[in-house]
Formats: sequence, C-alpha cells, structure tokens
Amino acid sequence: MNALVSLRNLRVSFDGQAALRGIDLDVAPGEAVGLVGESGCGKSVTWLAALGLLPAKARVTGSATLQGQELLGAAPAVLDRVRGGRIAMIFQDPASSLNPVIRIGRQVEEALRLHRGMQGAAARAEAKRLFDQVGIPDAARRLDAWPHELSGGQNQRVMIAIALAGRPELLVADEPTTALDVTIQAQILTLLQDLRRETGMALVLISHDLGVVADSCDRVCVMYAGRIVEQAPVARLFEAPTHPYTNGLLGALPPLDGPRRRLAAIPGSVPEPWAMPKGCAFAPRCAERSPACDIAVPGAVPLAPGHQAACIRATAMGLLKETVAA
Amino acid sequence: MIRFLGSRLLRAAVTIVMVVTFAFVVLRLSGDPAQIIMGADAPPEAVEAFRAAWGLDQPVWIQYFHYFGAILQGDLGRSMRDGRDAIVLVAERIPATLALTLPALAIKVGLGIPAGITAALHRNSFIDRAVMMLAVAGFTVPSFVLGLLLVLVFAVQLGWLPSGGQDSWRHAILPIITLGIGGAAVLARFTRSAMLEVLGQPYIRTASAKGVPWRAVVWGHALPNAAIPTVTIVGFMVGSLIAGAVVVESVFSWPGVGRLLVVAVANRDLAVVQCVLLLVAMTMVTSNLIVDLLYGLLDPRLRNQPRRAAGMA
Ligand SMILES: Nc1ncnc2c1ncn2[C@@H]1O[C@H](COP(=O)(O)OP(=O)(O)OP(=O)(O)O)[C@@H](O)[C@H]1O
Ligand SMILES: [Mg+2]
Repeated sequence: MNALVSLRNLRVSFDGQAALRGIDLDVAPGEAVGLVGESGCGKSVTWLAALGLLPAKARVTGSATLQGQELLGAAPAVLDRVRGGRIAMIFQDPASSLNPVIRIGRQVEEALRLHRGMQGAAARAEAKRLFDQVGIPDAARRLDAWPHELSGGQNQRVMIAIALAGRPELLVADEPTTALDVTIQAQILTLLQDLRRETGMALVLISHDLGVVADSCDRVCVMYAGRIVEQAPVARLFEAPTHPYTNGLLGALPPLDGPRRRLAAIPGSVPEPWAMPKGCAFAPRCAERSPACDIAVPGAVPLAPGHQAACIRATAMGLLKETVAA
Repeated sequence: MIRFLGSRLLRAAVTIVMVVTFAFVVLRLSGDPAQIIMGADAPPEAVEAFRAAWGLDQPVWIQYFHYFGAILQGDLGRSMRDGRDAIVLVAERIPATLALTLPALAIKVGLGIPAGITAALHRNSFIDRAVMMLAVAGFTVPSFVLGLLLVLVFAVQLGWLPSGGQDSWRHAILPIITLGIGGAAVLARFTRSAMLEVLGQPYIRTASAKGVPWRAVVWGHALPNAAIPTVTIVGFMVGSLIAGAVVVESVFSWPGVGRLLVVAVANRDLAVVQCVLLLVAMTMVTSNLIVDLLYGLLDPRLRNQPRRAAGMA
C-alpha cells in the first residue's frame, strides 16, 4: 500500500499524562477509514496531533507523514498549506465551529483564497457552487447569512463546504453528526459518501458508533485507551472480530432486523491515565482475561490481509497459523 | 432597529430623570443651603431673605417641580455663590477636565489593549506574568495614592515636573499618567481574559485547521470576537471622561469639573452640583447608547434581539 498519510508510533501526553500511547495507522489515497472507540480514547487527539492543532502544552512524539513529508514539527508555512489544502478537518459541534461574526460565504471564500488563490467574484461564484454541492438550498442568498441564522445540519454543510474548498486529498470528519438530529445525521453521512465518490478524496470518519462507521467505511480501526487495538476491513471485522473489546462494541450494536433487545454495554470503564495497567489496558474489563494479559502490552498481530489485533489471544492464533504454515 | 433605538432612548431619559431627582433629594436632605452659605452666625432675617430669594422657603415638592420645569426649558439655575449661570460655570471647566481625561483615555486604550492581547498570546510566559503583575499593581493602587507617589518621585525628589496647578502643559503630565495607568491596567486584564476566552473557542481551531496563518487567525478571527466584551469597558471609560477625574483633579489641584463639583458640594451650591451631575449622567448615558449601537455593529447575533451585556445605563 502506498500510503497517503502514515502515523508511526504517534504519542501525545498532556501535563505528563499519556493520551495517545503509540498509534500506527496508514490511510491510502481515496480510502475511507473509520476510527471508533469510547469517549476519551484519543480519536480526536490523533488527528489534531497529526495536523499540529493541539495546544502548546501537548507533548507530541513519533511521526506523521503526508506522502513522505513529515508533519510533526514542520514549519508553520508548510502546515498552513497542508491544513485545508491537503488534509481538511471538520468537527463535532458545527454551531460553535464557525466564526459567529463572519458571514458564512466569507468563511468559505477565505479557504478558496488561501488554497486556490481565488478572489472577488470568482471566489464568490465558487463558494456558491460549493454550497450547491453540499446541498445548501438557496445557496446564493445563504452566502450572506450568519452562522447563528442556520440550523446545526446546515452549519455542518457549511463546514464541509469549507473543507472541500481546498480540494483536500483527505477529509478527517471528527464525529460530524454527533450533535445533530437522527434524520440529519443520515443525510450528512450520505453527503460525505457522495462527495468522496465525486472527488476521490480519502475519508477518516471518527465516531463512537461502530454502526455509522460500518455503513460508510472500507476499513475500521478500533481504539482503546490511546491505542489501536484492532483494525480490519469492515466485512472482516464483523465476521471475525478478535479483540474482546471489538466484540463488546459489536455486542452493543442494535441488530438490523429481528426483535429489538437491550444493548449489551461493556461493564466497567476505561482506566484513568494515571492508573494505566502495565499490561493490556482492557484487561480489567475483559471477560477472557488471563494472568498473561497483565505482563506486558500486547503488540499488533497480523491475522489476515489488512486485519490485525493487539490481544494475546491473537498472538496465540498467529503463532498457531505460523506453525500450520511451516 | 428603530424600536431598539426607541427603547434605548427611553431608558436613557429615565436614567437622567432619576439622577436629577436623586441629586435634588440628597442635597436638600443634607443640610440647609441658606445656613451654610450665609454662615452659622448670620442674622436670622438675612437667612430668611436668602431663602425667599432662592425659593427655599417653599415646600420641597414645589421646589422640585420648579427646578424640573426649569431644566426642561433649558434653565439649570444660577450659582448661589456668585449668581452666575450654573451651566456657564460648569462649561468653563470642561476643557480643563478633557485636557486630562482625553489623553488619559488614549493611554488606557493604547497601552491596555495591546498589553492584554500580547499577554494572552503568550499565555503563562514571562511577558504574560510581567504584564499581569503590573496590571494588578496598577488597579489595586488607588489613584490618589498613585498620584501622591508620582508627585513624590517626579516633583519632590527629581524636581522634573510641577506637583500641581495648571500653568503649562507640564502640569498636566502627572495627572494624565495617574489617570491613564489605572485604566490601562483594568483594560489590559480585561482584554487578556476576553482574548483567552476567544482563543479557546472551536472556531479558532477551525480557522487553523483550514490553513489560516496564525497572525491572520489572531487578527481576522480572534480580535473581532474579543472586541465585543472589550467595547463595554472602553465605553464605560468614555462615559467617565467628565466625572472620572474628581480625585485626581483634587490631588493635583487641577481646576476641572471634578474640583468644581467637590467645592460646590462643600458649599451646598445646589444649582452647580445639579448641573454637574446632569452633565455626568448625560455623558454616561450617551456612551452607553453608543456601546449598545456598537454591539449591534460588532455582533450579528445581537442585531435581531438586542440584549445588554453590562447593565450600567
Ligand atoms: N487539550 C487537552 N488538554 C488535556 N487533556 C486533553 C486535551 N485534549 C484531549 N485531552 C485528553 O486526551 C484524551 C483523548 O481525548 P480525545 O478528545 O482524543 O478523545 P476522543 O476519543 O476524541 O473522545 P470523544 O469521543 O469524547 O471525542 C482524553 O483523556 C482527554 O482528556
Ligand atoms: Mg473527540
């Protein structure tokens, strides 16, 4: 795979407390990758760190490259061209993510000026075209609206228009629908898929909902306590989930058909950063825990093409396969 | 917009009526002007004659209606001391007061706002700590203490500047600095916290995420938002251009409106006191009105349903 973006051993800590504990992740051109996990597991921090958007107190180490170009510690001028121009990002709360005192049209035109050198009437015409593309009705008039005059769903469409303005190769959508009504959520997700087909850009969809990700992505990464514990193509993940945490998330999904049943929530909660176990971070909540789990953090083991999991049970399975192959 | 202006103007009028009434009541309650002006050992007939001449022998509510009716006709009465029109006496002093307060306002804005912005942009750095230490010192020290301190150093010890009076521009320097420093300190702290609040907002992260260079994020995205709360404080400072120098004018014996007020109160010179208070109320109310209009200009969210951010009309 010739990766567009590669994260290698990406680590982040705030005030000495680790939030990311070594993320390895590749995103191929045009690919749609889902990033799932409970609140606080580091989904947002991963991409904020890669783009240099974390506050100064965050300590970031490792590597994040865009087609071979290192982004961590890159010069501000380099980052400004990458941000919005090659990797765009949209956020959870569209209402507060737009500047309240700037007309929405101008917020789109600003991105057009920065990344495509467009100004005046040309920028305005392109902004209108983008509004049409993201499904904002009455686009020409809406250009002069203020963010507070629009609904949350409309504002998220504006955010997407801003993101598209720079013709990015990758769009990172950080829980783009969490703050929206259920019907609007589906519309926004469909829009993202349509846009990906039209533009050929890659998509990273961050969500705590495995169902959302399964519908829109080719591949899923499951995160737990600052690490990726399992990643696999969507179909494979549903067929052969390996990490007990992934199993837990799947168990929490409502069935598509058949009678509704209560969601099986995973008992327990994520360990606090200062009380992280020496071994597997999921062990304290794991039904299949064994003494070996507490010895060391299990590494990611390849199980099938594109499928790897960080669990000693996977390690055992991997060994078994090697033995069979030999 | 018309309705907005209408309600604001009505409110302004009510405020002024209240100030005028308050002044009237307090001054009548706090001692007999006739006795004070004529002196304690004046013959009773003389005091009576004085009362009759100024209408002080009539019931208080009649005095109030006369006084109010006269104000409505633009007549603010005459000084009981020297018989001149109160408004002329006050107007004569305005230029002297503005000669202090306008340059002081320039210092407050020109020093306070940039210092606050710089501190916020370098949060927790040496610059931030230094600015904040100076700012805390600047507004915890009362202006008469600061004034006396400056006099002690620059007039008494170094002999560079005069300690009081109004003979040349050099006399204005110390009072201007005294007034300016306190205000600059307040504005620096306020601007810093407004700026920090804005810099933590998601839309600032959005701007960075779309590739806006940091300088442009600060100037184009953060400052216009931080300006909204800051305008309140600046507006309040503009509102106190006339009345804000009472203490400093007294410390430096500067013949402005503030000193006139102090002297007039001591003398129970009713018309003059009322005239000064009316003037002060009008500047306050006017600046508040301007702040309200500026809000609408700066914050599109307030244009449809205006709402006050600070209640000091
Ligand atoms: N600015 C910050 N300062 C201190 N700690 C932070 C900061 N940002 C994130 N963290 C910590 O980093 C960890 C990961 O946070 P992150 O926002 O990436 O979680 P998330 O997976 O995106 O969760 P959510 O689903 O709630 O968005 C959390 O423990 C959080 O407390
Ligand atoms: Mg998040």
